[in-house]
Amino acid sequence: MKSFTQHTGLVAPMDRANVDTDMIIPKQFLKSIKRTGFGKNLFDELRYLDEGQPDQDCTGRPLNPDFELNHSRYQGASILLTRSNFGCGSSREHAPWALDDYGFRCLIAPSFADIFYNNCFKNGILPVVLSEEEVETLFQQMYANEGYQLAVDLAAQTVTTPDGQVFTFEIDNFRKHCLLEGLDDIGLTLEQSDAIKAYEARRREEAPWLFDALTP
Amino acid sequence: MQPKTLYDKLWDSHVVQERDDGSALIYIDRHIIHEVTSPQAFEGLRLAGRKPWRVDSILATPDHNVPTTEDERASGLEGIADPVSLIQVKTLDDNCDEYGIVEFKINDPRQGIVHIIGPETGACLPGMTVVCGDSHTATNGALGALAHGIGTSEVEHVLATQCLVSKKMKNMLVEVNGTLGPGVTPKDVILAIIGKIGTDGANGHALEFGGDVFRNMSMEGRMTVCNMAIEAGARAGMVAVDDTTIEYVRGRTYAPKGEDWERAVASWRNLHSDPGAKFDRVVTLRAEDIEPQVSWGTSPEMVGPVGSTVPDPAAETDANKREGIVRALEYMGLEPGQPIKSIKIDRVFIGSCTNARIEDMRAAAQVLKGRRVADSVKQAMVVPGSGAVKAQAEAEGLDKIFLEAGLEWREPGCSMCLAMNADRLGAGEHCASTSNRNFEGRQGYGGRTHLVSPAMAAAAAVAGHFVDVREFVAGEPA
Repeated sequence: MKSFTQHTGLVAPMDRANVDTDMIIPKQFLKSIKRTGFGKNLFDELRYLDEGQPDQDCTGRPLNPDFELNHSRYQGASILLTRSNFGCGSSREHAPWALDDYGFRCLIAPSFADIFYNNCFKNGILPVVLSEEEVETLFQQMYANEGYQLAVDLAAQTVTTPDGQVFTFEIDNFRKHCLLEGLDDIGLTLEQSDAIKAYEARRREEAPWLFDALTP
Repeated sequence: MQPKTLYDKLWDSHVVQERDDGSALIYIDRHIIHEVTSPQAFEGLRLAGRKPWRVDSILATPDHNVPTTEDERASGLEGIADPVSLIQVKTLDDNCDEYGIVEFKINDPRQGIVHIIGPETGACLPGMTVVCGDSHTATNGALGALAHGIGTSEVEHVLATQCLVSKKMKNMLVEVNGTLGPGVTPKDVILAIIGKIGTDGANGHALEFGGDVFRNMSMEGRMTVCNMAIEAGARAGMVAVDDTTIEYVRGRTYAPKGEDWERAVASWRNLHSDPGAKFDRVVTLRAEDIEPQVSWGTSPEMVGPVGSTVPDPAAETDANKREGIVRALEYMGLEPGQPIKSIKIDRVFIGSCTNARIEDMRAAAQVLKGRRVADSVKQAMVVPGSGAVKAQAEAEGLDKIFLEAGLEWREPGCSMCLAMNADRLGAGEHCASTSNRNFEGRQGYGGRTHLVSPAMAAAAAVAGHFVDVREFVAGEPA
């Protein structure tokens, strides 16, 4: 798994609440059997003025001039600033794959939907939760300053603004640890194979029907 | 002993190992897979040289990409016209064949939407942990199971280890007491709940549905309610086990038999929240206050009674919410203050993991019997949730009612709920849909979704616009 330790980068806005995973990556792109290549279709319906198709070359497609990520000042952004409940809806991991492929390393919002939040960590993306007021402050500073960058430090659990203001954020220890180290969590779980087998043996006594094999 | 919630009990019985950092290794009893979220997980498994831990715990079926016309389905895989969709369904077949996973393939009479075939076959049972790379896995919580969606990395994790690394969620109870009025269905109940608590109202919580309304509700209805827990932000929704649950499970293909059945039932009887169990949050609704619901916006929380009007953003004090309403009305092509009943519809979709079980078919047929779809409606389709639902509906003659009323009767699949196959809305079209998400573009590029119950969708099909099914059934279509 990809690690995340510290990151300083250009901030771009997605200034709306309840951004759903259908909006992040529309369904027609879910037909891919790969994990990569979704970046060009990130926010496809907002970003382009036509309907996107899988495997399409997007270079000639008409861009929506009103969509902020298309503005020149946000090109190369790696931190996405957004509103509450980002990533709601479908569990599609294609959403963090698309954000990652586009170049986002860190997302900042007042809240994230549960499944999406979890999926981010599996892909080396850090979702940072700050208060509504703090996020509003960052939005105002970002809009007022072209080239606005933030410095994010996972170990210290801080977000630092260009003028040195420091915001701290909470994060679960286990998620933090895995992300800092870029750990292979399947490998870690498999180190506990004996515990899993012991659980199965005990459970098989208590509730044998749970282990009935599904048959064709 | 400290009283426990249903979720506490389900969690406790599946802890393999608790860790110092607050996480736990949780055992997964049933893993359901479909074609969209599993290919990358199998690829990951192969790249790491790993094998599935317990192949016989996995059930697979293709549902998202499958075509739903009889002609296309008669040709099996070859009937999938879209080459990209075909590859995805074929990849699921190949992976299942390679590892020996039980799969109901495209033309197996048991094929259907994952969340419908799980309970229907008895593959998902009370007391189980059930996961699938699909957020509507919460449907299975109706059985008194801990069921939730996971991402593809976690699909791979469960394949390889039969476990998930999880952190316990908080407990939330939504209690609805009283008696639902005629014409008010489980779909209206869950839409009203989402309208009240918001689409992030249950974030971070496992959501139990309690009170008279759910006790008196059928299993099919409970599944509709639990299905949309995710639309309130809860990964898992659940209802306590009672006689209704046990009678539903009895005799199903994969349900325990003989002595095991007796032991299982005895243990399932404990699957309820104890008196005095502590919930972090409790929300209460009165059944009598719930009316048939219609969503008007682009989030499931943007919903209201059929007799109400589209809200005026000017009346919203929260700036972010106001912005959201303005944007939603623009996308939906609606005016502030417009009566919901004045919204004309172009298409009708009766189906999805929310509302494609036999009771949903019956509810729609009851309204449609002896009536005709309005000429102004371009298309109205009924897509049963599984081969078993289809067969049952046909045995009851429901298909004839739909066809005579001018609706299409399709083959099972996810269909227009998310339009990954050919069933979709055109830009600007309004759809009365029994599905679960009214997000922008969800049912087709530029499409406008209105979430309703099967009865309300059927009534709208006949009227050509939204009507209150309660007046309608009384013989006075608006």
